[in-house]
Amino acid sequence: MSVPLPVFVAIPLVTAFLLPVFAKRGKAVATVLANLATISLLVLAIASIGQSRVYEVGRWSIPLGINLVLDGLSSLLLLAISVVSTAAMFFSIRYMEQYTARAKYLSLFLLMVAGMNGVVLSGDIFNLFVFLEIASLASYALVGFGCGHEELEASFKYMVLGSIGSIFILFAVALVYGNTGSLNMAYISEAIQSNGLNPGLTFALGLFIVGFGLKAALVPFHAWLPDAHPSAPAPISAMLSGILIKTLGVYALARVVFNIFGISLATGWLLLTFGIVGMLVGAFMAFGQWDLKRLLAYSSISQVGYVMLGIGLGGLIIAKDGNLAWASLAILGGLFHLLNHAVYKSLLFLTSGSIQMSTGTRQLREMGGLAEKLPVTRATCTVASAAIAGIPPFSGFWSKLILVIASVQAGYYWVAAIIVFVSLCTLIMYLKVQRYVFLGELPENLQEITENRGSMLVAMVSLACLCVLMGLLLTPGLRASIFAPAVKVLVDGVSYSANVIGM
Amino acid sequence: MKGMTIIVKTISSWVKVLIFLFGIYIILFGHLTPGGGFAGGVILASSYVLLMLAFGREFAEENLSLPLASKLDCAGALLFAAVALCGLLYGAAGFFWNFIHQKYLMGTDYEFNLVSAGTIPLSNIAIGLKVGASLFLVILTLSMCCKDFKPGSTENEKE
Repeated sequence: MSVPLPVFVAIPLVTAFLLPVFAKRGKAVATVLANLATISLLVLAIASIGQSRVYEVGRWSIPLGINLVLDGLSSLLLLAISVVSTAAMFFSIRYMEQYTARAKYLSLFLLMVAGMNGVVLSGDIFNLFVFLEIASLASYALVGFGCGHEELEASFKYMVLGSIGSIFILFAVALVYGNTGSLNMAYISEAIQSNGLNPGLTFALGLFIVGFGLKAALVPFHAWLPDAHPSAPAPISAMLSGILIKTLGVYALARVVFNIFGISLATGWLLLTFGIVGMLVGAFMAFGQWDLKRLLAYSSISQVGYVMLGIGLGGLIIAKDGNLAWASLAILGGLFHLLNHAVYKSLLFLTSGSIQMSTGTRQLREMGGLAEKLPVTRATCTVASAAIAGIPPFSGFWSKLILVIASVQAGYYWVAAIIVFVSLCTLIMYLKVQRYVFLGELPENLQEITENRGSMLVAMVSLACLCVLMGLLLTPGLRASIFAPAVKVLVDGVSYSANVIGM
Repeated sequence: MKGMTIIVKTISSWVKVLIFLFGIYIILFGHLTPGGGFAGGVILASSYVLLMLAFGREFAEENLSLPLASKLDCAGALLFAAVALCGLLYGAAGFFWNFIHQKYLMGTDYEFNLVSAGTIPLSNIAIGLKVGASLFLVILTLSMCCKDFKPGSTENEKE
């Protein structure tokens, strides 16, 4: 069954505006409705795997109207968004009892989901910007949801830097429109293929890279992330780190660079450099952190570096007319790592929320010996740490292995060495988490704590199961239906326009 | 802060009605004359801003309370989404498809009438509601930064 594509945006949007009706009474009804919305999105996303089609909004054909495009890359991202949002939404049932204004929280959450789904599906560059703003504005509000001094400061910082990123993207959209006469991504790409890049378009590409780089927290532009992600409530941190930076940043950047402008040697090197610098800087900064969620946030910068490295390496090999098999392997590694990181980083943030709710602190030095007090949290956190560090049976190992194989085969031995080195650094920082949170002496004031049960445990355990099982996605059947179309979209590059116009 | 002088109060209580009517006109004729949902919504909100300036924020809030404005805001968004979804459901056609125009209002008889253009006036009304209510809320929220604002004086939603 093929669902009309706008449903992916319409379900969360309509639910979001329906929820404030239940402001005072019926908190339970609002929660159930919001969960139903995310679960139905998950079902729809699974149903749409492997499909590709174009939807013309309002039946206006594409040079005139706006189109939504579902292809392999979009359906992969839709799957990641819906898995993380379902788990985070389920986790919030219990976790958000600490906060007031439940209905507002739920509707902002759903607005963010609507924005991200829109970004992933949009086939129109200006529409992409609008959905990006919807998701960003909802996330600014959610970061400051606690309304404490620290939260508001982080939210303000995030808002200023995020708006600068948005302005860059808006300028770039305007420049592209002025130089090609179209806002539709397929038509822009066609115009660039026939007329070549002029200085205006090259400048626009630079603005796009900076703007989306700010949203993705690539390293020179990462200053907001270590403040914003820890200050948000735990399920929102999971959404922000797990999926928001990838949708608004990595996905949009890959779409613009590969499918609209076409990958060149310079942009390939640039993406690869962003990836490597991000990996190293993120990992080194994470060592010194004593705030649990801040450590996780720096680790996110490092892990997004892996994704950029895979995509950039693939692009570089394509631009050098190298072997396309290794290029697609590198991109496969990047995209698989994107999916893996979405799952295990959101799980890590959820466990940090569970720890914070039980102990009331995020400082590693004030904890210790929680293994017996919080057994399930401990187990899931260990699984996620093993996955992120790349211990063999868990998901993170396979994506890093693919990246190493691709870079060795393509002749970039130093890249492979850096991947392995950063993997070791990741292992060290998560051993630090295990050591200071779960092992050691239990402090006096934490003798009485108990684990929070119910929805929080269900969400964490199901994500932990995914962490263990995700290696199975590389079995040929699943790989052909989930990853192969996504990799093909990026490897085919600018033939995206012919595909969309022909569909 | 109990507002301005009696002259301003009297004049603005008259003018407010006219501005409000003008906003409604801009929204309803959005598909025929310049203007539309957004411009009309801003005019609707500005009538309440005039009230707030002349009589003080308490008076404006008595007229249009915060929860009510917030509900109107959501209602506008929902109405807009409903118009779009009706296009999808109506004969399985398409999101945002102008189904009323295609089914009932085709032909030259309807050109330049108030009742024409299908779903566009409905969307304009929805946008007007949304923009008017949310702009009012924005200005009300900004006025909380004013010096003699007392935290207890608005009913925030405390659950």
